[in-house]
Amino acid sequence: MAFANDVRFPVDRREILGRLQAILPRHLVLAEEEELRPYECDGLTAYRALPLIVVLPETETQVGAILKACHELKVPLVPRGAATGLSGGAMPHEDGVVLSLARFKKILKIDPLSRTAVVQPGVRNLAVSEAAAPYGLYYAPDPSSQIACTIGGNVAENSGGVHCLKYGLTVHNVLKVRGFTINGEAVEFGAEALDAAGLDLLAIINGSEGLLAVITEVTVKLTPKPELAQVVLAYFDDVQKAGNAVADVIAAGIIPGGLEMMDKPATHAVEPYVKAGYDLDAEAVLLCESDGTPVEVAEEIERMKAVLEKSGATSLVVSQNEAERLRFWAGRKAAFPAVGRITPDYLCMDGTIPRKRLAEMLEAIADLSVKYGLRCANVFHAGDGNLHPLIMYDANQPGELERATAFGSEILELSVKLGGTITGEHGVGVEKVDLMAAQFTPAEISAFHRLKAAFDEKGLLNPGKGIPTLARCREYTQTRGAAAVTPPPRF
Amino acid sequence: MQTNLADFIKDTPDGREADAILRTCVHCGFCTATCPTYQLLGDELDGPRGRIYLIKQMLEGKPVTEKTQLHLDRCLTCRSCETTCPSGVKYHRLLDIGRKVLNERVPRPLAQRLVRTALKEALPRPWIFRPAVAAGQLVRPLLPQVLSDKVPTSAPGQSRGWPEKSNHPRRMLVLAGCVQPGLAPNTNAATARLLDRIGITLFEAPEAGCCGALRFHLDAQEQALDDMRRNIDAWWPHVEQGVEAIVMTASGCGAHVKEYGLLLKDDPAYAAKAERIAALTLDISEVLAAEAEKLKPLLVTRQHPPLKLAFHSPCTLQHGQKIKGVVEELLQAAGVELTPVPDPHLCCGSAGTYSILQPALSKQLRDNKLAALNSGAPAAIVTANIGCQTHLQAGSAKPVRHWVEIIEERL
Repeated sequence: MAFANDVRFPVDRREILGRLQAILPRHLVLAEEEELRPYECDGLTAYRALPLIVVLPETETQVGAILKACHELKVPLVPRGAATGLSGGAMPHEDGVVLSLARFKKILKIDPLSRTAVVQPGVRNLAVSEAAAPYGLYYAPDPSSQIACTIGGNVAENSGGVHCLKYGLTVHNVLKVRGFTINGEAVEFGAEALDAAGLDLLAIINGSEGLLAVITEVTVKLTPKPELAQVVLAYFDDVQKAGNAVADVIAAGIIPGGLEMMDKPATHAVEPYVKAGYDLDAEAVLLCESDGTPVEVAEEIERMKAVLEKSGATSLVVSQNEAERLRFWAGRKAAFPAVGRITPDYLCMDGTIPRKRLAEMLEAIADLSVKYGLRCANVFHAGDGNLHPLIMYDANQPGELERATAFGSEILELSVKLGGTITGEHGVGVEKVDLMAAQFTPAEISAFHRLKAAFDEKGLLNPGKGIPTLARCREYTQTRGAAAVTPPPRF
Repeated sequence: MQTNLADFIKDTPDGREADAILRTCVHCGFCTATCPTYQLLGDELDGPRGRIYLIKQMLEGKPVTEKTQLHLDRCLTCRSCETTCPSGVKYHRLLDIGRKVLNERVPRPLAQRLVRTALKEALPRPWIFRPAVAAGQLVRPLLPQVLSDKVPTSAPGQSRGWPEKSNHPRRMLVLAGCVQPGLAPNTNAATARLLDRIGITLFEAPEAGCCGALRFHLDAQEQALDDMRRNIDAWWPHVEQGVEAIVMTASGCGAHVKEYGLLLKDDPAYAAKAERIAALTLDISEVLAAEAEKLKPLLVTRQHPPLKLAFHSPCTLQHGQKIKGVVEELLQAAGVELTPVPDPHLCCGSAGTYSILQPALSKQLRDNKLAALNSGAPAAIVTANIGCQTHLQAGSAKPVRHWVEIIEERL
C-alpha cells in the first residue's frame, strides 16, 4: 500500500534538483519516475512511497553538501543502505530525497592489535568478517541478512543476529560512529576507547533509525574467532515443548553462542534451498550452539544435550564439522526469503518477550492464524525471546494485506502485554509507528520528540518514522486502548 | 511481490511466466550482495532486485525508455543472483522476457543496432568468423582496443588433432560451437582423445552450429530459436541411433542447450525433441565425473611435475548449470594443486558479447578477476568456457586454457 505520511513538506522540486545536480555528477542524481520506482520500498514491500529524487554520493563532502541543501530548502531526506530492512525504515518520503550510501563501501582500516575495523557505512556486514578472517577475528553481530545488509543500516537499526545472545547487539560492538547532522555538520559519537567523555550519545545513535544523523563511518569491535563451534539440532514433536526447552537451557545457566528456533512451516520452506538435512517431520527444531576451546565445547554440548533431552527433544544431532555447522545455520539465515517459495508475500514481525512466555505466545499465534485465515511460519531468536513470526499473505488478493497487518498488530500487542516489546532488532520504521502507542505513554513519546528536535529541529531526517506524531498516538489509543502497561519512563 | 500485469501481456505465456516469477521475489535484497554490477556501481537499478522492479513496471504498462534499457543492458546474465536467492526467483527467465518486450518498445540507436547485427550475424558463422580472426591478426594494431583484445595474438593453440580411429560402441555427440573451433580447436580434440582412452567415441554433427545463446542475448530471440531448431534437426538422427549424451565443452553453450526444452516448450513441432535433447546434454565435467572409475587409474600411471593452477569457474557452469566442485575434484585427481581464488562466485566480465558491448565494466571485472586468480601465484589459469578463456587471456601474461586439456595431457 502507498503509505500516507502525515508529515508533509511544501517542496520546490526544481529548486532542490538544481542544487543537488550542482553537487553531484549527473549519473548520481536520479529524478525520473522510471528510475525512482525501484527505490520506493526496502525489504518491507507492503509500504511504498515514490521519492522526488535519489542521490548516490561517494564522498563525505558530498553528503555534507546534500544535507546542507536539504536543510536550507526544508526538504526531507531519508538515508538508505542496502534496503534490506523489514520495518520500512528506508521507505522514501514522497516530498523528499533518498540518500543512498551504497557507494560508501571501503573497509578503511583493520587493526588486529586493537581488534577494531574502520569501515564505511555501505560495507556489507559479512564483508567485515571476511576481511577480518585472516587475523582470526570476526564481527560478532550477524543479522540473517548479513550477506547483503550494510553496517550503516546495522547501526541505524541496532541490528541483532543469531549470535547476539552471547555477543551483544550492534550497540555493544560499535566504538565510534561518524556522520553528518541535517544541517551538514560533521559529528562523531563515541571514541576508540571503550567509553567516551560526556553523555553516552553513541548509545543514542545506535537504533536511531536515520532520525538523528546520516552515518558515514563506523568503527566496530572485532571478536576473536572461537577455536571451535558446534551446534546441536534438537527436534521436538510439539512447538510449545520447544519453547519451554529454550527457557530450560537458559535456566540451567548456559549461555549458548546462539539459540534459535524454527517451526515446521519454516523448515519446509528452507530445506529445498539449503539442503541442510533438517528432519521435516518434526514440529520444531532448536539450534543451540556452543563455542570456545574444544574442551569447553565438549563439556557444554553434553550439558546442552542433557537439558534438551529432559525438555522433551525427540532427537538430537550435533554438527560434526565446520561445513555441517554452517549448513545447519544456513537454513536459519535464509529462512525469511525462503518462505517466498511457499507464499507470494509475508510480513515479518519482530516482537520480543520474556523467554519463559514463549510457549504461551506460540499457542496464541496458532490461534490468531486460524482467526485471520493466514498461515504463519515461526523463526525465533529464541535465546533472547525475539520472535519473528512470518505472516504469509498474497498482496494480489484484496484484503489479505489488511488481515496480515491486523494479525501482526495483535501479536505485537500481546508481546507488550506479556512484558515484552514491539521490536527486538528490526526497528520501528513505518511499520510499527502506530504501535509505539501500545508501548509508550504520550509523555514518553513527547520526550522522544524532544530528543529528535535536539538534533533535527525541522524534523527533516526520515520524517514519519520511528516516533509517532502525537495525533497518531491519540488516534491509536482511541481505537485500540491506551498503552497496555504504564511502566515508569524508561530513559 | 504484488503484481498487476498490463493487458498486453497478462494472458500470454510470457506474461504468465513473468507473473509467477515476480511473485516469488520477496525483495529481500540478498541478490545485490553477489551481483557484480551492483557491487561496482552501488545503484539499486544495477542490481537484480532493481532490474526486477524495472521489468515489473514495464510489464505493468508504465512508460519505458532507454534508462531501463541501460540498466538491463548492464546485466551480465551471470545468474550469480539465482545462486544466492533463497526464494528461488528465476531471474534470467524474467530478464529474457523483459529484454524481449523492451526491445519492441525502445528501439536502439543506429550505431548500437549495427554493432549488434554484426555480432549476431558474424560470430555464429565460422565461415565469416574464422577468416575475420585471421584478418584481425594482420591488422591488430589498427583495431580499437575492445576488438584487438578479442583477437588472439598468434595462431590458435596447436591441436594434436582428433583420434585417428575411434570406433567404440559407446558414442557421444559434441557441439563444435561457433567461435571455439576458430579460437581454441584443441578443446574438442583433447576431449575426443580423452574420451577415446576411456572407451567412448566422440563426434560432431557437421550440420549443427551455434547453440543460439549469442543471438538469444542480442535482441534476436526468434532467430535464436531457429538456431536451436537447426541443431535439434542435426542431432536428432543420432539421438534416434542411441548416442549416450550430447557433450558440451563450453559451459556457456551447455547452460543454453540445457534450456532448449524450456525455450521451445510452446513450439508443438519441437517441444518434445527439445526436451529430450536438453535431458541428454552434459557438460564434459559431468561426463568425466561419471566415468571417474575408469579415468582415475589412468591418471596415476605417470609421474608429472607439480603443477599449480587457478581454476575460474564460469558463471554458466556454477550458476547456470549449478555444477560446483566437479572440475576441481577432477583436476586434483590429476595431481594438480589448485590455488585459492577469492570471490569465486563473481563474473570475469566476458559474458558472451558483454565484453564488446560494455567494455568499461567488463574490463573492471576482468582486472578484479585476474587479480583474484593470480593471488595464489598459479603457473596458469584454467576455465571451462571459451568466452571466459579468450577474455581472460587478453589481459593475462599467463596462459589461460580449458581444464580438459590439462587432464588429457596427464593421461
